[in-house]
Amino acid sequence: MYLRTYVQVSAIFDENGVVTPVSISLRGKTYSIDRVLGKRPAPALKSGGQGIRYTVRIGSSETYLFLDAENRWFVEEKAADANSI
Amino acid sequence: MRTILHSDCNNFYASVECVFSPELRGKPIAVCGDPSERHGIVLAKSDAAKKCGIKTGEAVWTARQKCPELIVVPPCGEKYVRFSHMMRDIYAEYSDHVEPFGLDESWLDVTGRDGMEIACSLRRRALKELGITLSVGVSFNKVFAKLGSDMHKPDATAVITPRNYKQKVWPMPACSLLFIGRATMHRLYAYGLNTIGDIVRADPESLHTLFGKNGDTLYAYAAGKDDAPVMPISETDDIKSVGNSTTPAFDICDYSDAGRILYLLCDSVAERMRKKHFRCRTVTLWLRDTQLQSFTRQMKLERPTDLSADLSRAALALLRESWAADRPLRSLGVQGGDLMDIRNGAQLSILPDPLASRQAVLEKTADQLHARFGAEALYRGVLLRQDHRLLRAAPDSSLAATNMAAVSGRQS
Repeated sequence: MYLRTYVQVSAIFDENGVVTPVSISLRGKTYSIDRVLGKRPAPALKSGGQGIRYTVRIGSSETYLFLDAENRWFVEEKAADANSI
Repeated sequence: MRTILHSDCNNFYASVECVFSPELRGKPIAVCGDPSERHGIVLAKSDAAKKCGIKTGEAVWTARQKCPELIVVPPCGEKYVRFSHMMRDIYAEYSDHVEPFGLDESWLDVTGRDGMEIACSLRRRALKELGITLSVGVSFNKVFAKLGSDMHKPDATAVITPRNYKQKVWPMPACSLLFIGRATMHRLYAYGLNTIGDIVRADPESLHTLFGKNGDTLYAYAAGKDDAPVMPISETDDIKSVGNSTTPAFDICDYSDAGRILYLLCDSVAERMRKKHFRCRTVTLWLRDTQLQSFTRQMKLERPTDLSADLSRAALALLRESWAADRPLRSLGVQGGDLMDIRNGAQLSILPDPLASRQAVLEKTADQLHARFGAEALYRGVLLRQDHRLLRAAPDSSLAATNMAAVSGRQS
């Protein structure tokens, strides 16, 4: 089971209004986004929800980062991972 | 020949709920209003609920009888409107002629292009970007395109061409044609017109005699002669009517309660019309009794108005004409239609009406007081005679409000 976990995101807003996330903060830890691999509207199939889905690379792993209609960022997190912290 | 698409979001409300709660997928779910507010009817259901025989519009308790494991989800209008707008943004990438038909359906005119290909692309994008499925009908007119979208569900495309419509459309039941309500359906069946093909094979003059102008329309629809255009996007944004309806927590049994509720509804409708700079030329009263039978009555006004006093006078006259207080009412609604935008100038009366001018000042002052101090800062004296249950029926109150046509993009 996956949870929709809202996260704090630092992002760059360029002069054309394009938003590029640069880091994610989750439970006090900050993860730098090495690269944004893709961006498109999409549903969050595992945790539920919908928004602009950013496919990002953090270290060697790829993950999805969503920006929802209320301008909140969230990630899909395995329930076990969320409970273990 | 035109190429018209009709796109229908499958089980729209229920599908949107599943996007946000994936654990609901595949389960029997129904989006239902709150039974304690007497809004406890099924607004939408999933395919699994449909298989149990649950129907849109039925009471929650009967739905639970049919399917004890039914998961009831409260509606979230904001979410559905947002998904509807996102879907319309996608449509707008394919055509500048997109005509919505409710939140979950739209026609698109894609004449000159491959309708089948566009239909498949729309379905793919709806699933990929929003997580919902569509049924799309492709045809040469709006009526057949709509029939096409009803043919296969969910997530399917049906094509009805001038070559195949006799095989595909004519065997369908007559009631599947657009705008055929329950009353017309029963009359058609009584005359032995059970299928769409039966309507085409009937004598057009007899249809005219039996159904009047509607008979001509029925024949044209059945024969594939519908030439109604798909409206351009800019025009479909036009507001056609402003209305409000309410289902109070009690049955309305006499004129006195009905009248008070009508005053409240008219106040709300008039205030919204003034805010949008509209005046209406017709007033429609909508009534629904406790057997859930609905009917509407309409009246043309002598002059366009945005005053609650004029609306309530007309609505009360319609109420007296159409209801003898012989059966309790469950819901009431008032709608101002045939709107005139007064920003482009209003027709002045040759004979000034000082009473109307004073009423206008009074109602505009009430608007300002409501804006500054809230809806309960000022209300009608008739409400003081009653207990607070009527105030709960106030359309502006968040407790029991439902919009009938709200600020609708189509005439209801």
